[in-house]
Order: sequence, then structure tokens, then C-alpha cells
Amino acid sequence: MKRKNKRLTFVMIALIFVGSAVALVLTAFEENIVFFFSPTDLESKKTPTKQRFRLGGLVAKASVKKQGGGITQFQVIDATNSVLVRYKGILPDLFREGQGVVVEGRLNGSVFQADEVLAKHDENYMPPEVAEALKKSGQWQGINTTGSKAQ
Amino acid sequence: MLNRFANPIRFLRLADQIQPWAAILTLVLFAAGLYFALFNSPPDYQQGETVRIMYIHVPSAWMALFCYTLLAITSGVAMIWKHPLANLAGRATAPIGATFTFLALITGSIWGKPMWGTWWVWDARLTSMFILFFLYLGYIALQDAFDNAEGGSKAAAILALVGFINVPIIKFSVDWWNTLHQPASVIKFSGPAIHSTMLTPLLLTALAFKGYYVWLFLINMRGEIAEARCRALQVSQIQNAQVAKVATSDARDAHAD
Repeated sequence: MKRKNKRLTFVMIALIFVGSAVALVLTAFEENIVFFFSPTDLESKKTPTKQRFRLGGLVAKASVKKQGGGITQFQVIDATNSVLVRYKGILPDLFREGQGVVVEGRLNGSVFQADEVLAKHDENYMPPEVAEALKKSGQWQGINTTGSKAQ
Repeated sequence: MLNRFANPIRFLRLADQIQPWAAILTLVLFAAGLYFALFNSPPDYQQGETVRIMYIHVPSAWMALFCYTLLAITSGVAMIWKHPLANLAGRATAPIGATFTFLALITGSIWGKPMWGTWWVWDARLTSMFILFFLYLGYIALQDAFDNAEGGSKAAAILALVGFINVPIIKFSVDWWNTLHQPASVIKFSGPAIHSTMLTPLLLTALAFKGYYVWLFLINMRGEIAEARCRALQVSQIQNAQVAKVATSDARDAHAD
């Protein structure tokens, strides 16, 4: 084998090893890399409910209730489950019903007491007129209240 | 093809021809991109005017990955085939990539505050991008951290190659894990999830950034080639001086005898 071919094989093998090592590490730490848990994860007891954690899902339609003293209460849902969230503070611009949200805090009984609310943006970008037109013609691909993509 | 440009003189001759075109293309595309981005594109139905940050943020992030891929390729070519210009090309690329990574992080942060409600979160996408920035800095620092230039280049090339694992992780982080960052809009199976009026400025600025890369790369390469030549000259001068010294001391010894 020529020297440069030797070097090529060496580099390739080294990269494969490093790649597999990284893949193993990432799978092992999957729980920690996940930024938030869904209401279903919570239901299936995958989440450490005693500690602080992040809960992610969609804000259910018609569930946002403003209470006195800057307290907001809303349901965070995914395809099958929902969790009641209570939060005191200022909500981000993108926070609205039917939109993705990530809340951080603790589970207090059955109510999630959040001290931070982050809005999650989806990958759709369009002008407002187009969004209106899509909704009118019934071709809206956005997210509906059940959390699954509308067909 | 590669061997043809092993000669720096030939490379520089080609660079002279390409550089003005790269400059013109960059300026025209960037002017057009900015015009569309700022004056001739609609606000987003959710984000409003804040969407315009995307026209700089997304092309910067693409550049960050593009430059790192080139860095890994040049490092591989330098290590395996020992192409004389490959290492210089890596040196010329790294600061450009680092700058665009920084831009992507900063513009993302500025977008994140009003939209997400936070400047920064440690989700998989943001963290892997942050690591990319440090890989660039590590590459730049390692280059000159050794007494002999070759050792530094080799160490930096190994770092660049190993760090390349991070590139697919960045790209697919939003699909593999739950992240706050949204998934890909432009490159996806079902076609872009971005309206054509917004795709136009995005692609224009993305192309402008690619042109800008070529332009900056050629300027940097001139510097790197000149520096390498200086280093070679210095080395040969020192060697000549040593040879002369040995010769004179030999002569003196001979005379003393």
C-alpha cells in the first residue's frame, strides 16, 4: 500500500471510531439532551417529577385564563394528554393558543407551577394574507388543537 | 486537478482573475438580498417584522456549516495527500467560519429574546452551534501553538477532522431531540415550509454570503501564501547563516593550524 493510501485508511478508520463513540455517548445521554418532556412523557412517568424540568407542548385552544396579579393559567397538550400550567409573569410575543410552548418549573400536585415560559416557533414562514387564505380555503397545514398536524 | 494548484504562483494567477468577479457578485447579490429582505418582503403571520432577522441569521448559520465542511476537507487533504496549499486554505477559511458562527449565534439571540422570550437556552441546536464556534477557535489557536509550524498544522487538522462529527449533529439536532429551536424550513422532504416571497431574500443573501466567502478566502490566501514564503525565507536565511558560520570557523581553525 502506498503511504498516502495508508494515511487515508488510517484517517477513515479513526473517524469511524470517533463517530461511533460520539453516537454512543449521545444515545446514552439522550434523556439529558432532550430540552423538554411532553405531557405524555409525564403521564408515562418518564419524567423526574420531584425536580425542576421543562414541559413542552401546545397551548390548548380556549384554555388561557388570565387571573389577577399577572397570573396566567393554561393547558399544555400533546396528541393524547394535557397538563394544567400556572405561571406568573410576562408572556413572550409568540405565546398564543394553538402555538408551541415550553414551560419550566415544578409539578405541584397535578398543576405545573411554571416560573419561565418560552414560546416555540414552528418552521412555517408566510405572509399574513397567505395564512388567511389558507385558513379560508381549508388547506391550513398548521397545528390544530389536538396537537397532530391537520391533513 | 488538485496537483495543478500545488504551485502557489499558478494559484495566485487564478485568484487574480476570480477575485474581482467574486467581489462584484457579492455586492450585487447582497444589495438585492437586503432590498428584498428589508423593503420588498412581507412580515410573517406570527413573527411580524422580526422575521427579517432570519435573512441574516439563516445564511450565517449555513455559512458556519459550509466553512466547517471545507475546513474538514482541507484538513483531510493536508493530512492524507500533503497538498501544499490545503493547510493554507484551512487557515484562510477558519476565521471566516468563526465569524459567521458568531453572527449566527448573535442574530439568533436577538431573534430569540422577542420570539421565544429568552436570549439563550441550552437546547441541542444552540449548544452544538456553540461547540462549533469553539472548534473554530481551537483550530485557529492550535495552528500557532507549536514551535514548529508543521506540528501545529497537524494538530489543528486532527481537531478539524474529529470536530466534523459536530456538523451532522447540528443539522439533525432539531429532528433527533426535542429542541426549542424550530426544525428546518428550507431543506426538507415536503418542500420548503417558507413562502416564496420570503424564500427570495433568504436565497439571495445566502448566495451573497457564499460569494463573500470566495472573496475573503482569496484575500486570506494571499496573506497565508505570503506568510508561508516569509517563513521559508527566514528558515533558509538562518540555515545559510549557520552554514556561513561553520564555514568561517572552519576557515579560522584551518588558519590557526
